Amino acid sequence: MTLQAPRPGRRAGTHTTRSPRRAGRPGGSRWGRPSASRPAGPLRWAVVVVGGGLATQLAGCGQTSPSALDPHGSGADRVAGLWWLLFWISAVVFAVVTVLVLVALARRRGDRDTLVRRGGGEALIVIGGVIVPAIVLTAVYVVGLRDLRALTVPAHTDLTVEVTGHDWWWEVRYPDQGIVSANELHVPVGRPVRLLLTSRDVIHSFWVPQLTVKTDLIPGHTNTTWVQASRPGTYRGQCAEYCGLQHAKMAIFVIADPPDAFDRWVANERQPAVAAADPVAARGRLALERNSCAACHTVRGTTAGGTLGPDLTHFGSRRTIGAGALPNTPGNLGGWIVNSQTVKPGNRMPPQPLTPEELQALLAYLERLK
Amino acid sequence: MATVVERTQRLAESWTEAPGLASWFKTVDHKKIGRRYIWTASLFFAMAGFEALAMRTQLARPEEGLIGPGAYNQLFTMHGTTMIFLFATPMLFGFGNYFVPLMLGARDMAFPRLNAFGYWVFLFAGLLMNASFLIGQAPNGGWFNYVPLTGPEYTPEVNIGFYTVGLLFLGISTTAGAINFIVTTFKLRAPGMSLNRIPLFVWAILATAFAVVFALPALNADNAMLLLDRKFGFHFFDPAMGGDPVLWQHLFWLFGHPDVYIIVLPALGIVSAIVPVFSRRPMVGYFWLVLANVATAVISFGVWVHHMFAVGLPQLSMSFFSAASLVITIPGGIQIFAWVATMLRGRLVLDTPMLFVVGFLISFVAGGLTGVMFAVVPFDQQVTDSYFVVAHFHYVLFVGAVFPILAAVYYWMPKITGRLLDERLGKLSFWLIFGGFNLLFFPMHISGLLGMPRRVYTYLPGLGWDGWNLASTIGAYLVAFGFLATFVNFLWSLRRGRPAGDDPWGGDSLEWATSSPPPPYNFAAIPVVHSAYPLWEERFRERLDGARGSEERQLAGDHEVLRTSELDATPERAIEMPEETIVPLVVALGFLLAFGGLLVSQYVVAAAGVPVVLAGLAAWAWPRREERPR
Amino acid sequence: MTGDARALVAPTAEEVAGEVPAGRPTGWWGMVMFITTEATLFAALIASYFYLRFQSTPEWPLGGIKTPELSLPLVMSVILLSSSAPMAWADRGIRAGHVGRLRLGLAATFVLGATFLGLQFYEYVTKLREFTPTTNAYGSLFFAITGFHGTHVLVGLLLILFVQVRAWLGHFDRTRHLHVQTTAMYWHFVDAVWVVIMLSLYIGPHL
Repeated sequence: MTLQAPRPGRRAGTHTTRSPRRAGRPGGSRWGRPSASRPAGPLRWAVVVVGGGLATQLAGCGQTSPSALDPHGSGADRVAGLWWLLFWISAVVFAVVTVLVLVALARRRGDRDTLVRRGGGEALIVIGGVIVPAIVLTAVYVVGLRDLRALTVPAHTDLTVEVTGHDWWWEVRYPDQGIVSANELHVPVGRPVRLLLTSRDVIHSFWVPQLTVKTDLIPGHTNTTWVQASRPGTYRGQCAEYCGLQHAKMAIFVIADPPDAFDRWVANERQPAVAAADPVAARGRLALERNSCAACHTVRGTTAGGTLGPDLTHFGSRRTIGAGALPNTPGNLGGWIVNSQTVKPGNRMPPQPLTPEELQALLAYLERLK
Repeated sequence: MATVVERTQRLAESWTEAPGLASWFKTVDHKKIGRRYIWTASLFFAMAGFEALAMRTQLARPEEGLIGPGAYNQLFTMHGTTMIFLFATPMLFGFGNYFVPLMLGARDMAFPRLNAFGYWVFLFAGLLMNASFLIGQAPNGGWFNYVPLTGPEYTPEVNIGFYTVGLLFLGISTTAGAINFIVTTFKLRAPGMSLNRIPLFVWAILATAFAVVFALPALNADNAMLLLDRKFGFHFFDPAMGGDPVLWQHLFWLFGHPDVYIIVLPALGIVSAIVPVFSRRPMVGYFWLVLANVATAVISFGVWVHHMFAVGLPQLSMSFFSAASLVITIPGGIQIFAWVATMLRGRLVLDTPMLFVVGFLISFVAGGLTGVMFAVVPFDQQVTDSYFVVAHFHYVLFVGAVFPILAAVYYWMPKITGRLLDERLGKLSFWLIFGGFNLLFFPMHISGLLGMPRRVYTYLPGLGWDGWNLASTIGAYLVAFGFLATFVNFLWSLRRGRPAGDDPWGGDSLEWATSSPPPPYNFAAIPVVHSAYPLWEERFRERLDGARGSEERQLAGDHEVLRTSELDATPERAIEMPEETIVPLVVALGFLLAFGGLLVSQYVVAAAGVPVVLAGLAAWAWPRREERPR
Repeated sequence: MTGDARALVAPTAEEVAGEVPAGRPTGWWGMVMFITTEATLFAALIASYFYLRFQSTPEWPLGGIKTPELSLPLVMSVILLSSSAPMAWADRGIRAGHVGRLRLGLAATFVLGATFLGLQFYEYVTKLREFTPTTNAYGSLFFAITGFHGTHVLVGLLLILFVQVRAWLGHFDRTRHLHVQTTAMYWHFVDAVWVVIMLSLYIGPHL
């Protein structure tokens, strides 16, 4: 097998042939004059197909995608609009440059001995590289500023939630309502909710793409952001600043409730833990209070008052365990308690040596803490 | 009166280094050092590439159990750190080392010993950082190493030590290289090579070198402060004691943003070297390109906060940096349109180097456009730290740096080795890499918009991310095969490649005026240039050959180069270059002792490095007999 | 002679030995660039100082540490800044060929610089009784910045010593003195940095 090296002159003349033209096409040779008015038929179709396909995908192909382009909150709404503006501007620019490059490729080729000495040609640089970008970028900047302004925290929010980042879970407090929870927060649909963000340890970032843009949780700082959900639903978010071993499994859920459902939730959440209804659950409560659970977790209404881990007072109504690591089912919870390291290795909860009876009782108790 | 033959022989004798192993440690020849940078950087590239393949394999499917979080976090940290610090800049500095003196018509860099020293430090620092893998404690804080995660409280282990100490050590090499490029470009140009006749690749390297001089100290200050926090209990970044984690970010990105231009500008310079040759005409808009390079380097220092739009900074500040980040697009666009204008007004030759340039042009624009998106604050705040930004920066860094480097391999390797690479294998490599790259990174725009954060070792199924991740993994493997093809091509060319001759491409710049590979003294006679495209001047070769008849033009004294003035390149005097010497290696070893000892907290060892460095520097500065007054 | 050879009539190294060299040497540019990187490093540290100062509570220095007293630092400043004079005199001297001036000037600069370091050592001993680098961020900044500068002074003293040794060995004359020049540049730079530190760290908190 002989491999080929480029030979001088090999390329000469290979591309001077002109393909036969269909009658009626204006402008003569297809390669002759690249013009701004060149027919865009095939290109336009491609754009529609690609753009349309993209839009469908990005709206959440699995319906459960926490997609920035499937906005359900005012902040995300703004940005989604911004995205499409930027996308189409980019698509046009990309197309223009690609077409220019393709035109250059389609022109007559040279070889090692060719040397073109024509001057000029700088107009393209000035127009394409300076004037048009200056205009477009100024417009983009102005739109961006307007949207940035619109995302400013509104002056009058009647609801404040404090979200504090921990490795690798979210502490949630409603100071005015006296609610303490973890990894989930409820908001009323249609009302702006102020979020005060900080961290107990390293930097995390609050990102619920369907509701609003992300904001970091930084120790020593309190950042303010806000959400306003436009429709009821459960919106998934995930920590968006690398925070160590289990950064990948630090999800948060924002549940938007219609107003009365929200009020009911608040009223329930303020209550201490549901009393143990039967002996098994009662034994479960004792197991909680006497084992190491109490060292890290709080269940209001029991003697368990630890603050190193999430508050479990209403754990039974949470959707997931371990900040999104597992769905909250008794089977999963059992596995988590016995050895959460198999699910979320490196997390701060050590394996719990419980007897099977203790474990069953504990599960019965916890699952009823709604 | 010596004859041409006798003078040429004297040239060869005074410039040829002794053969043998000792010489390998003592070389100060910029061509040898340049080749070493290229080889070593390629090695680090392969390592970082395998790290990427491992990550992509883990992410091909949700909840894949191939790689656990501890290992994964080291992989993504080292992938980024290695690619940026140990591959991109050293590789481009390697090509710079080899070709800047040649393109300037000089016989070496301004400081040959500093050059050698810079290489040894790069090698030692790179080995030091990667030695961390041997004990399973590679840096794991991400390539930008945010505190407090990487501070003494949350990562007390030595992982981060490898990062801080390693980069402090490496910074010496980068800075030394930058200073060398600046002084070489100022003082060693061929007569007649005024500022407006300097090759665009050299302008790019010059702008980059100035960016290094001003950017690297911010990183060094940052790492030094983190080192002090971690090892000696200082509190620069400790919010409880008056410090601030955000200070790390400001200093880091003050370095970090210019750094991405430090990576991209030389690569764009390679494109500027290739486009005229393969369009068979002088560049359209030479002046605009010079302006664009300088403007990019300068403005790059005014945009760093766009990496911090989610940190909660005041709106006024973010608005300013948003504007600056949009403005920096303009010099980028100028470069693109200058190349396109040149291609449109020339006659293209579509050999492999140009193929990579074409692929680069199209995809780099895409990356630049997502960059514009990131300059808009609210949009940035939605997609920063997601896979959308991973897509963006790979489009600008991989396309922006690696494609031109591959083009340079096909374009310039024949000058270095004397052998052309195979065209068909080159084209295969191009299509695999171009197609594979787009399959690998385009879907990341989508998974980012669908809510997938970056730096995650796994993800849950049912979030709509699965298919895109699988596609990316397939693309990664295609890319890997594409690189394999070029590597095989390179090895093949060493034995079976067609001899390149002086000038296989019909080039325009001075490196094509000498043999492939060049003799140790580069040029038998010092060239004189009258334009920015010397090889395309009328009868340039005949004039250069004829110049050998003149004793002044041959400059065949003892190991001499010609020093010229900064602006107009009028000759000033001949200066004598140092011979090969072990001193740069000794000083580098002294620094290795000092930094290595610091890393493992063996302060006696570290202290022992200091006298080694001092003694070495004294020997370095000690004048040769000829330099002393009579 | 062809046109090109006329364009290039450069004296060889030997021919130039008797003349004063024209144009800036590569070593001069090298030192300028090196000083630029060091200046940028100090700028980053000073910027960090101001950043943390204005991030923080209005109380500065932090944690009840006293505002720095000025008498000793002022004396140190006078000593260090005046040392630029003998350094410049030495540099000028050797350019005119006076080796004696070179040696004397270097010696005077060395004495003043060493005195500065001695006084700084004494200042540290006093300050460390009140706070250390590990007390809080102010302590970290104070000692890191002044310590980094002090290290630069020490390096400067070593350079002066080295050049002094070579001066006594007769390495320098009217035409060969680049290392004296670059050492002087470095020394003046170190002095200039001290002015910035004096204004930022010492005088600043009093304003």
